[in-house]
Amino acid sequence: MSDNELHVLASYKSSFDRLEQSLNGEAASQLHTLRRRALTALEEKGFPTTKEEEWRFTNVAPIAAKSFVPVLHYSHEGVTRADAAKSLLSDPEAVQMVFINGHFSSELSSASIADGKVRVTNLATAFRTEFESVSRHLGKYVRHDENAFTAMNTAFVLDGAYVFVADNAQIEAPIHFLFIAAGNKSVMAAPRNLIIAGKNSKVSIIETYVGLTATPYLSNTVTEFVVGENARVEHDRLQDEHRDAFHISTVHFQQSTNSNVVSNAINLGGSIARNGITSVLAGEGIETTLNGLSLGTGTQHIDNHTTIDHAKPHCASHEIYKAVLDGKSRGVFNGKIFVRKDAQKTDAKQTNKTLLLSDEATIDTKPQLEIFADDVKCTHGATVGYLDDEQMFYLRSRGVGFEQARDILTFAFAIDVINRVHVDALRNRLEAMIHERLQEGRQLEK
Amino acid sequence: MLEIRNLHASVTGNEILHGVDLNVKAGEVHAIMGPNGSGKSTLAGVLAGREAYEVTEGQVRYNGKDLLEMDPETRAREGLFLAFQYPVEIPGVSNTYFLKAALNAIRTHNGLEPLDAMEFLSLVKDKIKLVDMPGDLLNRSVNEGFSGGEKKRNEIFQMAVLEPKLAILDETDSGLDIDALRIVADGVNKLRSKDNATVVVTHYQRLLNYIVPDYVHVLVDGKIVKSGGKDLALLLEERGYDWVREELEVGA
Ligand SMILES: Nc1ncnc2c1ncn2[C@@H]1O[C@H](COP(=O)(O)OP(=O)(O)O)[C@@H](O)[C@H]1O
Ligand SMILES: [Mg+2]
Repeated sequence: MSDNELHVLASYKSSFDRLEQSLNGEAASQLHTLRRRALTALEEKGFPTTKEEEWRFTNVAPIAAKSFVPVLHYSHEGVTRADAAKSLLSDPEAVQMVFINGHFSSELSSASIADGKVRVTNLATAFRTEFESVSRHLGKYVRHDENAFTAMNTAFVLDGAYVFVADNAQIEAPIHFLFIAAGNKSVMAAPRNLIIAGKNSKVSIIETYVGLTATPYLSNTVTEFVVGENARVEHDRLQDEHRDAFHISTVHFQQSTNSNVVSNAINLGGSIARNGITSVLAGEGIETTLNGLSLGTGTQHIDNHTTIDHAKPHCASHEIYKAVLDGKSRGVFNGKIFVRKDAQKTDAKQTNKTLLLSDEATIDTKPQLEIFADDVKCTHGATVGYLDDEQMFYLRSRGVGFEQARDILTFAFAIDVINRVHVDALRNRLEAMIHERLQEGRQLEK
Repeated sequence: MLEIRNLHASVTGNEILHGVDLNVKAGEVHAIMGPNGSGKSTLAGVLAGREAYEVTEGQVRYNGKDLLEMDPETRAREGLFLAFQYPVEIPGVSNTYFLKAALNAIRTHNGLEPLDAMEFLSLVKDKIKLVDMPGDLLNRSVNEGFSGGEKKRNEIFQMAVLEPKLAILDETDSGLDIDALRIVADGVNKLRSKDNATVVVTHYQRLLNYIVPDYVHVLVDGKIVKSGGKDLALLLEERGYDWVREELEVGA
């Protein structure tokens, strides 16, 4: 480790000490033991380098070089209702909660919900009111020592989103968590989210990440999903951070028998964004769908690492990840699919498609299938290409201008991922955003 | 309307058109016939502005302007339309969305107000009758999964909506059965007027029974070698392209 990195790690340690001092009696708790173990893991491991296979294409040195300040307490940082409203869904039915730098903002959120069917609250509250369920699940799926970022998130677990859906409860209204980064300090916002969907339940969870500050910050998020037997979960995740920000996320779906998860991950923002999404299919008859769309412009770097772990027989997984890369942006896709010895009759399909809008944009794409069962159907395919000349000419020959033709074709490429989002208000918003971004990207390239 | 003078064009360094001359006036229908590979599509592509073709000599004037100076969209906005021999499939782009964008770009260029969704829809409903096309094709992606006949009808439908001044139909008849051929020809005939002109590129005489041309030109090996009235098409059908070639040799 370099001197600078040691210095950075020491600064996290001193933030941790401050946190510990503020805890009083809680310092001996099981939760805090986990925090402490995570800090130790961080100090031992340090930040990943491109020498590690998992991080070969994503250099996090700019993150490792800087001491971001973990946010230990809520502060509104001047964020107004109007600011938040811009990123909230225009769906009166939706349950929406706002977080600022990782901490719940009761002043900007609708009331939390707690009835027989569903409880939607923030993690800090759930520590008190749902202690048993939180301690049963928190940190049980995303390992605190998986990498420096899960370690940092876990070392500073304080707040985040918490949802508990009771057995047999069908929640039609989408539940939306809006995470806003704000203020003039280079902070680390580290929300920790825990979603528990009971047996036969149904729920749609949306996470949105935005930044209202040009001061570089780090969003370092972890979301754990516990998906009960025969439950249906949709998870839509919109990463629209400030272009100078860093975004590292870890999402884990722990799926039980006959459950169904659809994950739609949209990445628009960030200077370096890295998302790790894992589904563990720990029962029979499970279905998992992982969809992704990334739009990169300028010098953005967007990395999606997905892992689908088929542990049991008769499960299906579908995956389609797309990227549209303009300017000098860089994309990474790494799609791991494990089919364990037990997982006969697995049906896994993975597709990765990239549209390059400029000669200087690049993508590194790597499917990684590790199959230990013999009676399985696994397919994967990756394509990388530019806009089709014939299609461009066809549109232009009808009078459509070059730029509009380019937008139409790019939009068509991107939209099929957006179409998989079932929450109407979000889908419409995403559609408008993609339109806007394509035009903005074009302006940037001029 | 269209004046082509001594047009030479090449693809990847190979000259394909070796000096084409052609004059088309408003109100006229011209047929260009010729064997496969003679350069018909190349000529159509050069006129529409396909980038793969390089014009090495000659000029093309269109309504008094230098056509070759214009990019493809400007040509279209100035009223030129090419019905493609092989219409392109564009997954994810709906036929109507695309056509509305095209029509409004043309209207704006010509100082007209763009049509709103309602106005456009009623125009489309009107025009689709002309080609007897199933309405659901409108909402499908452009040409995606269309049969050969549906693709050709879609070309004529687009032409009906865009109302070009000069339409170039590249083998719009090939691959059509006789009913589809009639529908396509009817569509073209209904759009004929004294103010616009049509260039029908075809391999067979068959289409010309339905779209009766004022002039017929024979393109062989990148040159127009013979021009005449509509009877020339019948003569060609009877005697084949070899006859033209033999005549050329005798003449030489
Ligand atoms: N894009 C192209 N690249 C290379 N050769 C081409 C291309 N387009 C046409 N050609 C060649 O030009 C000649 C004329 O083709 P084309 O214009 O399609 O003829 P037609 O339409 O009369 O059948 C043929 O020899 C063909 O192989
Ligand atoms: Mg041809």
